[in-house]
Formats: sequence, C-alpha cells, structure tokens
Amino acid sequence: MNILEIKDLKVYYMTKNGPAKAVDSISFSVEKNKTVGLIGESGCGKTTTARAIMNFVKEPGEIAGGEIIFNGRNILNLSDGELRALRGKEITIVRQEAQNALNPVMTIGDQIAEVILEHERIDKKAAWQRAEKQLDLVGISHKRAKTFPHEMSGGMRQRGMIAIATACNPDFIIMDEPITGLDVIVQRQLLTLINDLRNRLNLTALFIAHDLSVVSETCDEVVVMYAGKIMEKADVVSLYQNPLHPYTKALIHSYPSIRGERRKLKSIPGSPPLLVNPPEGCRFHPRCEFATDLCRTVEPEIRRINGHSVACHIVK
Amino acid sequence: MKTLQFILKKLTGALITIVAIAIANFAIFRIAPGDPIRMMFKDPRVSTEQLQAMRVKFGLDKSIGGQFIDYVKQLLHGNLGFSFWQKRPVADVIGDRIGQTLILVVTALVIATTLGIILGAISGWRNGSKTDRTILSLSLVLYSIPTFAMGILLLLVFGFILLLFPLGGITTPASGFTGFMYLKDVLWHMVLPAFSIVLWYVGEYILLTRSSMVEVMDQDYIVTARSKGLRESVILRKHALRNALLPVVTLSGVNFAFAIAGVIEAETVFSWPGIGRLTYDAVMKRDYPLLQGIFLLFAVSVVVANFIVDLIYTRIDPRIKTGAAHE
Repeated sequence: MNILEIKDLKVYYMTKNGPAKAVDSISFSVEKNKTVGLIGESGCGKTTTARAIMNFVKEPGEIAGGEIIFNGRNILNLSDGELRALRGKEITIVRQEAQNALNPVMTIGDQIAEVILEHERIDKKAAWQRAEKQLDLVGISHKRAKTFPHEMSGGMRQRGMIAIATACNPDFIIMDEPITGLDVIVQRQLLTLINDLRNRLNLTALFIAHDLSVVSETCDEVVVMYAGKIMEKADVVSLYQNPLHPYTKALIHSYPSIRGERRKLKSIPGSPPLLVNPPEGCRFHPRCEFATDLCRTVEPEIRRINGHSVACHIVK
Repeated sequence: MKTLQFILKKLTGALITIVAIAIANFAIFRIAPGDPIRMMFKDPRVSTEQLQAMRVKFGLDKSIGGQFIDYVKQLLHGNLGFSFWQKRPVADVIGDRIGQTLILVVTALVIATTLGIILGAISGWRNGSKTDRTILSLSLVLYSIPTFAMGILLLLVFGFILLLFPLGGITTPASGFTGFMYLKDVLWHMVLPAFSIVLWYVGEYILLTRSSMVEVMDQDYIVTARSKGLRESVILRKHALRNALLPVVTLSGVNFAFAIAGVIEAETVFSWPGIGRLTYDAVMKRDYPLLQGIFLLFAVSVVVANFIVDLIYTRIDPRIKTGAAHE
C-alpha cells in the first residue's frame, strides 16, 4: 500500500528571467514501512520536493502542478487548519543543520513536549514524560531534557530533531540530509540510530541525501534526481550494483564506498544547469559522455528496463 | 550555581563602574574652567579674605588629592555635597525631585515599550503587508520628531486649543486635593508630558522590534515550528517573539537610563518639577555640587539599569550564562 504518491509534481521559483523549474514533473511513490532515498547533487530539487510534500513552498516558489496524495488525500488541496493537523503529527521532517533548526531559547524537552501538546489531548505533565521517553529513545538521557540546544553537540541536536519528528508516531517522516555537516563518527552513530528506529517504529520515510553510500544503508528504494527531473528509480541493491543511467553511474563513482572495493574516484565534469533555462532534450546531456544528437533534442521518457525506471535514450 | 556566579560577576562589574564614574565625576568639575567661589559671589565688594574663608568652608583650599579624599568620605556617608544655589544638601534637593521624574519616565516607558513591542511584532510578523507599511511609516514619523517639538505640538493642540489638558505643572495650584483626587490630578497633568515621551520612544521600539522580528522569521527554527503544525499564535509568541525580544530588552535598559537624563526637554516644556528641570536650573545657576550630584545619579542609573537588563537576560536567553550567544 502506498502511503505517499507524488504525481507529476511541478514546483517553480518565479524569477525575473522566468520560472526556475526546481522540480519538473516528477512522480514516485512510497510504500508503507519502506524508506525511499532521494539523491542528487545540491540544487537538483531534493529539498524543494521535501518542502512540497509538507505543502510548505515559500515565496517566490509555487507548486505549479501535480498531486501529492498522502493516505488518500491530496495534500495540495488541504486547508490551513488541515495542514496544521497533518504537519508534526502525520508527516514530520528532520531537517539538516539542527544547529539552527532548534529554538535557542527553549529546552529540548519543551520543544518535544510542545508538538505532543499541540496534536494530542494530553496534559503538560504527561507530555513532558513522553518527551523524556523520546529522548531515551533517540539515545539522549531523559535527564538532559532541560538542556538548551547550545549545550548540546551537533549529533545530540540532530537526535533531538529526530525525537521531535517521531514524537507523535507519524505515518511518514522526511529526513532531509539528516547527517550532513556532522563528523563521520557521529554520522555513523546517527545512521545506526535511524536504522534502528526504522525497524522498531516501522517508519515510512523519505531519506534525502547527496551521497549514494549513505542511502544504500538506510533505504529500500532510490530515486535519483538531476536538475528537477527524475533520472532513475530502482530498488537500492539493483541500483547500486547495476546502475543504468549515466548520471547514476557517475554519482556512484564520485563517492567512496564505505565497505566496497577501493577504486579511484571520478568527478562529474561541469555543474548542474541553471533551471531557468535548462538544456533542451535530456538535462544531463551537456555533462554526459555518451550524449548523442537525440539526447540534445528530445527529452527522454521514463522507461522500465530491468526493473529500473530510467529516463535515458542510451540505455537499452 | 552558574546563575549566582553570573550575578556576582555582573555585580562586581557594576560596582567597579560606579567607582570609576565617581572618580570621573570628581575630575570633570575640577577640570571645568572658572572658580566656583567667584561664581557664587559675583559682588565685587566681597573681600579676598571672605572668599578665602568660603574656600576653606567648602574645602576648596585643599590640594586635589585632599579634596578627593573629602569627596570619597562624603560619598560613603551618602553626602553628595551642598548646593550653592538652594543652600541645602544636594541629596535633599535631588530627593525632592526624583519621585516626579521616576513616575513620569516609568509610566511613559512602560506604555512606549508595551505599545512598541505589540505594534512592532505585528508589523514584522506581517512583513510587507499593508498593516506593516502603515505601522512602519507611522513609527518613522514619530521617531523623527524630537520630544520637545512633539511636546510643544501636544501642548498647543490639546492644552491650548482644545483645552483638554493643563498647560504645565504636576498639580492644580492651590487645589488642596488629597488622596484619590490628588492622584487623579497628577495623572491628568501627566498625560501630555508622558505622551510627548511615549510618542518618541514608541517609534524606536516599533522599528527595533520589527527588524528583529523580520530577522527571526527567516530563521530555521521558525520553519521547524511550522513543520510541527503549531498554531500561528504559538509560533508568534513562543518562537518568534521570545527570540526577537532579546535586543529590545537591551534597548529598554539603555533607554530607561537615558530617559531619566533625557527627560530635560519634556520637563522644561511642561514645567514638570523633576530632575530634568532641576538639571536645567542647575546649569543656569552654575550650581556645581548639584550638577555633580545629578551627574552621579544619571551615571548610576545607567549602571543599575544595565545590571537589571543583565538579570532579565539570564531569564530569557539561556545562552548568556555560558557566553554561548557570542559564539
């Protein structure tokens, strides 16, 4: 059963030079109790997608089309009140850089209890006890419930964010680069925690990262985005072992594997295109070593090949 | 424990500052040109011997060091000196006036702060809206009109033309009011001077609260608060305003101290018998001991206000105690 279905979603940022198509007709779905990874370089539309799922796109951005069906309802048609009831309870988000994402003048306990109080009929004392339990769950002692964000390490703050995001037993949780910007040891600990919670709480999640090796450990399926488009979709093992799209291959080769063989890393030449005026045809063609005339003129449709969904003319 | 340590540290700092102020205060009036005794007795018939006798009486015949020791001794006994003009102890002269100034300044600032924070918060919260633009232009206008000009304007319109409020003073002369009637009379006299101060400060508070609010609204933790599905009123109060108020608290402390010193304009325009008027008169009469006492009072009130702000800060910003806010 699909918890979340994104159909033909378009998010444009209105600029002086016309709309920048940050997310341009993407479709994918997330099944119950599965984690889908969303990867791509910076600026490819990952975070914009995450924000759209919470119907949270800020000016000058706007959702230009498509549907986001969550538990049978289109999120884009909900009223403000319905959205409020949804956010923090049914859909939650763990954002990158918890340094700034936590309120500096409230204790971590208060920031967890607050979301429980908002969404459940519960008194303050019970909410506080729940908050303490949440802290224990994410590996911070409940004795530290009264500490302020500045008294916590980066890893602890991110654990705090996870405690907030899981406080109301959400149906769906978005993790927007939850381990970015932390040192590798803390990253490892957080990944272990996230995997542990995934199993214990039966989470359904979207895991956003720019690093395939991180996604490979936490996700069941992977969606690869480039310049606002989906390039390839497949289950994680198949994608990692048998990538089809040239961009996916390039991504895999640009990051060291944590456990795999040692090999020379390759960078992808060039940089992602400006989204106001993206290249014609396949958006990746200027950086693709296999590009043909067809790639330069005709945008590839998404096709099913070997169990992957892939948007590329070259792949047979 | 940390809080106690912090308070002790700040208290020590405040005491050191007051000592430094007392020294500076002593020095300024010795450096000032002119002979205060000559100022007091301009009559040429006063003989040199008589002048010398006066110098001895006021201790001005001693060396600077000796004078300083006298000054410190007197200060430690709470003795601020003797007013040349009023021929009374300075402490008594100031004591008679301080109450009137405090009631005016505290009332005006409480109104200005409350109103300024509310309007500034609404303005910043609805950044770019019509409400915001209206409040913003209003506050810019108010902030750019000096207190004395506003005072004269208020006096002219509400006192002179509309006859709604008295033209000056603190009570109706020879009314013999007591108790509640007296209080009412004082409040009635206070409306115009208070509002001439309020209207200036409210502009400042609106501008600061608004800009602070606009900055806070862009912070990540506001996005987090939204993603928690909190009601807008909760986000405004608990997340946005609490953070936006930090610079406003700093301003309040500074303003309180400055307002006591800056109330000269309002008190002069409205003949309000407070410290401001007293300062004006003391300058006119070259009453150095009185001025010295008033200066010390102003300086100490700045220090005390800052100390209170520091205490409030420990309550509203947990980062202060550990110094993390400066990271």
